[in-house]
Amino acid sequence: MIGGLFIYNHKGEVLISRVYRDDIGRNAVDAFRVNVIHARQQVRSPVTNIARTSFFHVKRSNIWLAAVTKQNVNAAMVFEFLYKMCDVMTAYFGKISEENIKNNFVLIYELLDEILDFGYPQNSETGALKTFITQTGIKSQSKEEQSQITSQVTGQIGWRREGIKYRRNELFLDVLESVNLLMSPQGQVLSAHVSGRVVMKSYLSGMPECKFGMNDKIVIDKQGKGGASEEAAGKSDLGGSGGGGGKQSIAIDDCTFHQCVRLSKFDAERSISFIPPDGECELMRYRTTKDIILPFRVIPLVREVGRTKLEVKVVIKSNFKPSLLAQKIEVRIPTPLNTSGVQVICMKGKAKYKASENAIVWKIKRMAGMKESQISAEIELLPTNDKKKWARPPISMNFEVPFAPSGLKVRYLKVFEPKLNYSDHDVIKWVRYIGRSGIYETRC
Amino acid sequence: MVCSVSICAGEIFELKAELNSDKKEKKKEAVKKVIASMTVGKDVSALFPDVVNCMQTDNLELKKLVYLYLMNYAKSQPDMAIMAVNTFVKDCEDANPLIRALAVRTMGCIRVDKITEYLCEPLRKCLKDEDPYVRKTAAVCVAKLHDINAQLVEDQGFLDTLKDLISDSNPMVVANAVAALSEIAESHPNSNLLDLNPQSINKLLTALNECTEWGQIFILDCLANYTPRDDRESQSICERVTPRLSHANSAVVLSAVKVLMKFMEMLPKDLDYYSTLLKKLAPPLVTLLSAEPELQYVALRNINLIVQKRPEILKHEMKVFFVKYNDPIYVKLEKLDIMIRLASQANIAQVLAELKEYATEVDVDFVRKAVRAIGRCAIKVEQSAERCVSTLLDLIQTKVNYVVQEAIVVIKDIFRKYPNKYESVIATLCENLDSLDEPEARAAMIWIVGEYAERIDNADELLESFLEGFHDESTQVQLQLLTAIVKLFLKKPTETQELVQQVLSLATQDSDNPDLRDRGYIYWRLLSTDPVAAKEVVLAEKPLISEETDLIEPTLLEELICHIGTLASVYHKPPSAFVEGSRGVMHKRLPARTGSGESTESPDVGAAGGSAPEAAPSIIPSQGDLLGDLLNLDMAPPTTSGPPPPSTGMQMGGMDLLGGGLDSLVGISHSVDPYAMGAGFGAAPAVMPASLNAPVGGGLGDLFDLGGVGMPMGAYIPPKIVWLPAMKAKGLEISGTFARRAGVIQMELILTNKAMSVMTDFAIQFNRNSFGLAPAGPLQVLTPLGPNQTIEVSLPLSTVGPVMKMDPLNNLQVAVKNNIDVFYFSCQYPISMLFVEDGKMERQVFLATWKDIPNDNESQFQIKDCHLNSDAASSKLQGSNIFTIAKRTVEGQDMLYMSIKLSNGIWVLAELRVQAGNPNYTISLKCRAPEVSQCVFQCYEAVLKN
Repeated sequence: MIGGLFIYNHKGEVLISRVYRDDIGRNAVDAFRVNVIHARQQVRSPVTNIARTSFFHVKRSNIWLAAVTKQNVNAAMVFEFLYKMCDVMTAYFGKISEENIKNNFVLIYELLDEILDFGYPQNSETGALKTFITQTGIKSQSKEEQSQITSQVTGQIGWRREGIKYRRNELFLDVLESVNLLMSPQGQVLSAHVSGRVVMKSYLSGMPECKFGMNDKIVIDKQGKGGASEEAAGKSDLGGSGGGGGKQSIAIDDCTFHQCVRLSKFDAERSISFIPPDGECELMRYRTTKDIILPFRVIPLVREVGRTKLEVKVVIKSNFKPSLLAQKIEVRIPTPLNTSGVQVICMKGKAKYKASENAIVWKIKRMAGMKESQISAEIELLPTNDKKKWARPPISMNFEVPFAPSGLKVRYLKVFEPKLNYSDHDVIKWVRYIGRSGIYETRC
Repeated sequence: MVCSVSICAGEIFELKAELNSDKKEKKKEAVKKVIASMTVGKDVSALFPDVVNCMQTDNLELKKLVYLYLMNYAKSQPDMAIMAVNTFVKDCEDANPLIRALAVRTMGCIRVDKITEYLCEPLRKCLKDEDPYVRKTAAVCVAKLHDINAQLVEDQGFLDTLKDLISDSNPMVVANAVAALSEIAESHPNSNLLDLNPQSINKLLTALNECTEWGQIFILDCLANYTPRDDRESQSICERVTPRLSHANSAVVLSAVKVLMKFMEMLPKDLDYYSTLLKKLAPPLVTLLSAEPELQYVALRNINLIVQKRPEILKHEMKVFFVKYNDPIYVKLEKLDIMIRLASQANIAQVLAELKEYATEVDVDFVRKAVRAIGRCAIKVEQSAERCVSTLLDLIQTKVNYVVQEAIVVIKDIFRKYPNKYESVIATLCENLDSLDEPEARAAMIWIVGEYAERIDNADELLESFLEGFHDESTQVQLQLLTAIVKLFLKKPTETQELVQQVLSLATQDSDNPDLRDRGYIYWRLLSTDPVAAKEVVLAEKPLISEETDLIEPTLLEELICHIGTLASVYHKPPSAFVEGSRGVMHKRLPARTGSGESTESPDVGAAGGSAPEAAPSIIPSQGDLLGDLLNLDMAPPTTSGPPPPSTGMQMGGMDLLGGGLDSLVGISHSVDPYAMGAGFGAAPAVMPASLNAPVGGGLGDLFDLGGVGMPMGAYIPPKIVWLPAMKAKGLEISGTFARRAGVIQMELILTNKAMSVMTDFAIQFNRNSFGLAPAGPLQVLTPLGPNQTIEVSLPLSTVGPVMKMDPLNNLQVAVKNNIDVFYFSCQYPISMLFVEDGKMERQVFLATWKDIPNDNESQFQIKDCHLNSDAASSKLQGSNIFTIAKRTVEGQDMLYMSIKLSNGIWVLAELRVQAGNPNYTISLKCRAPEVSQCVFQCYEAVLKN
């Protein structure tokens, strides 16, 4: 299990050091600094073994978080824990920075004491932690409150406390997708996938039982055989705000769920049922690779004119309903290291050569569907003796579109609270779709 | 920088005053300052009493700070720590469950004996507390206490209470109890602590659905240690574990994969469920690749294992392993590895296009690996070979130095795989001769030139150009050059006679490297006696190289599969290689398939003979790492080599890695007559026919002289000692010694079965060692060894095994296998075992050699308390093949001049000075390989004193 946890600033000074196991000596703190933080080369692995001691590290801005052990621990768990620790800290005091850590070190020690016992991760749900690690000094709790806290921290539904009340029951669903693409210069899709998240913000009273439905191919096909009554009911509920293609159902390659979702039920019936944590949570993550709507197509043309000049022409085409608008479009065209000057002409938006980033950055605020735009540039090069050819990094793109490129649609989200007197119809529900570019690259 | 920053007295004084302040807020601030100093490494232990005084407070936050301080300093101030005990005991009775838990949690972290005594009663109460939060904390506290004082935990019966908690109503209590028990069980490998049975498994599976993500990990990791009774139980557990594959926490997913991979072994392959399960495994593994980069790395290392064990799972998922431009380098390198493993005819076009892209990247390691990968693809997918070769040629045209070198290394392998197909590219390769500065690339190029000498007009010039700096080259290049020139000579004898003579004399006379010299002599001998035979040997058909590369040795792979998700799977090493002490030393194995008749392994050593080569595909070693792993004692079973492949010295390392594990390797070692191996190049000169006296000067005549094998008796045999204690080897105890009898080295073993069950199927294997010791036959344990039975066996050894320098020089790493497991131990043999019978040097030669060896190589030792006279000493030493050549008496001091010859042809010359009446001898040793002196001295001492 985890033997100790250290947090360093970018210079390698220790900000937090908590040792859980006797086999981790004080010298471990220094070993990591000397061998990893101060190492000359680039980090070649997130796991380092120094003198039979293993160090796991992650970096957040310029803060290093390191977990140490001498045993054969579950490595995936250690990293998941480190990420979780970052989440918890962010939830308590915002950005993980040297200043914030120094100002909150007492809190951090208190948290570390709670979420890691003898190196075993314990309940680390912020919702639960915030009920009793408060930093507001003593709040004398009544006996009932105390036992409520402990039963929540250890209970089956560790992420939600009882007795939540809202005047207005409301919930927001965001379908956030990031579409990833790697395309060859000839326009062949080398790989494309969408990784999506369904984020739910709920303000619901009591312990609401929720059931979430989407146009999952497996479910739709099954229902198609068994009668479509429920589907019709579901559709009138929430459907119809998608944008791209008119697909009925989508094939989901894989999905993972927040721990509130009953996995065995999903496995057996493919239904997604849960009692949500109060406030925001990431209900589900999923991945699709089939029939993705690629919102943009990039057509590059790079021509080397002699040894000192490059001509670049890039065309982008938008590929979605003309009524929809894409936003925050940015095309990044890499330039060689020995670039001496660049002339750019673009039909739309603004383009600039940024020498510090070795790239031409072309920005367009808005662009409707089924349109195209073009940029051309002349790049002057300094003659070099470098034998090695320029690696030609791919052209990358950023954008945001108001639909889900995977084609996913929310069919329903039913809320059922057996003890309180509000019904599914009283809950106000909002659904929003946002598609963003992930790593969206075209080789040139 | 901050290891021990001193803190000034003034500061301490100030803090002291603040700590004793009446105001609560001030007190708290002061404790905070103390903790802050502690964090950066300042020593604030002087404040101990003052801080402990703040402990009695109802302010929870302040209390926690004080506890934090206590945990840090209690060990250094045990007496003072006692002051805190009362508060702890009182807090354990507090009405607030949070405070009760805090007290028991902190108390367990204070590693002071006196405090642990006081801990027992509160802990007992807390384990039965009504509040689950206190119980879950107490469960972990048992593990803490066990770490401090295991006996105490057992005596107090806490283990039973902990076992009861597995049936607790609260899932988190169950999870923590499981975690604590699993850890305690690791240090008691044979205690049946966890006592997993269908009932308890059922409880765990129920808790699995209800507990936190971390609890699920503990439970899944624990489940993975269980072996189901039959395939039906196995299937029902798998069915209940598969839903975990959709968990958002990657560690839960990987642990579930581990359980499934393990239990799948037991399912019959024709079962529908088996293929369903296989299909279910792929998507979650792919999803892991969208996690944060650090987790991706862990996932990729694991996928690498999974792909080797069950390639069918991910065979259609090649694309997800394509490298992204922004991936961290560690992710890129791992993805590349997996791409090569998944490459097949169906996807090769895409893979090649990708690899070509990668070869233009910036990171040198990555580019090299990409180039190498192209070569691997050529070897693996025959249809793509041509495209690969042309891609490699394109890359060579870039003239980027490391790309060119890497390309040449892989092209050599392609030539071996597809002889007489792509030789047209040789001309292009030759153009780049000058830019090669890495040994591996040079050796590869030289091999190519030698192999295709008849097609390269100026082969002799090319090779000659390498010869100029012969002594500055690495051994790899030297060996390759020697072979290449001999090949050239056999192909074009008329023009290259001078060249071959030059290289032979460089190799035999001017080199200190025994491998090189041996090979040189053998070529010389071959060429001078029977050129036809030489041709048959040197230009023999080469065996084809196989396509799979860098595979992990199967038994290790099985073990690593049982460790999916853990550090072992990240390092690709068994836990014993990086964990200290007893934890994790237990080797885990996959369960055997039940139901169907096929067994996963066949330990049928006796019948292995002829079929061994098929069972052991030769593997091209990756550079370094795999080799390094093998050398690790605790790693894969050490291996002996089969016959070295003719003419390619470079592949010799590879042959050691023959897959197949111990079983098939043992098959090889006794299917090959050690004398037949003399035909190979690494063979010891002792097996060369004595009549073949070559016209080589120096000590060469003696080298092959087998005459005078008179057997003086009474060689020194050290007493037997225990090499492998029974507790380390599941009841098998091995003790033994080494002896040289009638010119044959014997390993004399006593095997004792201290276990309860019968042991059978014994086999033995050595790791590579300094003098090439290897078993000359199988371990003759013909009858099963019953409980409490002992058997003495004597194992003849040969010295023609693979050689690797050990530290200490006479260290021998041994693997012994029986029906239960494979065990490893190491022992040291007296080097006198290796002193051969024809070690008596001519007086003239002795004088010349003594002068010839530089004085730097001389070492002097004292042998104390030896009461023999010089003649007695001389005859005693003779018994161990230490021959006295001359004796001189100067001023009452006897000077004995002696010679020793080691089995690998190294001569050791000695001068022993014995003064009458003085029990202390002085000995000077001279040897061209001064490393052996220390060992030889130890033998002198042992022989003379026994």
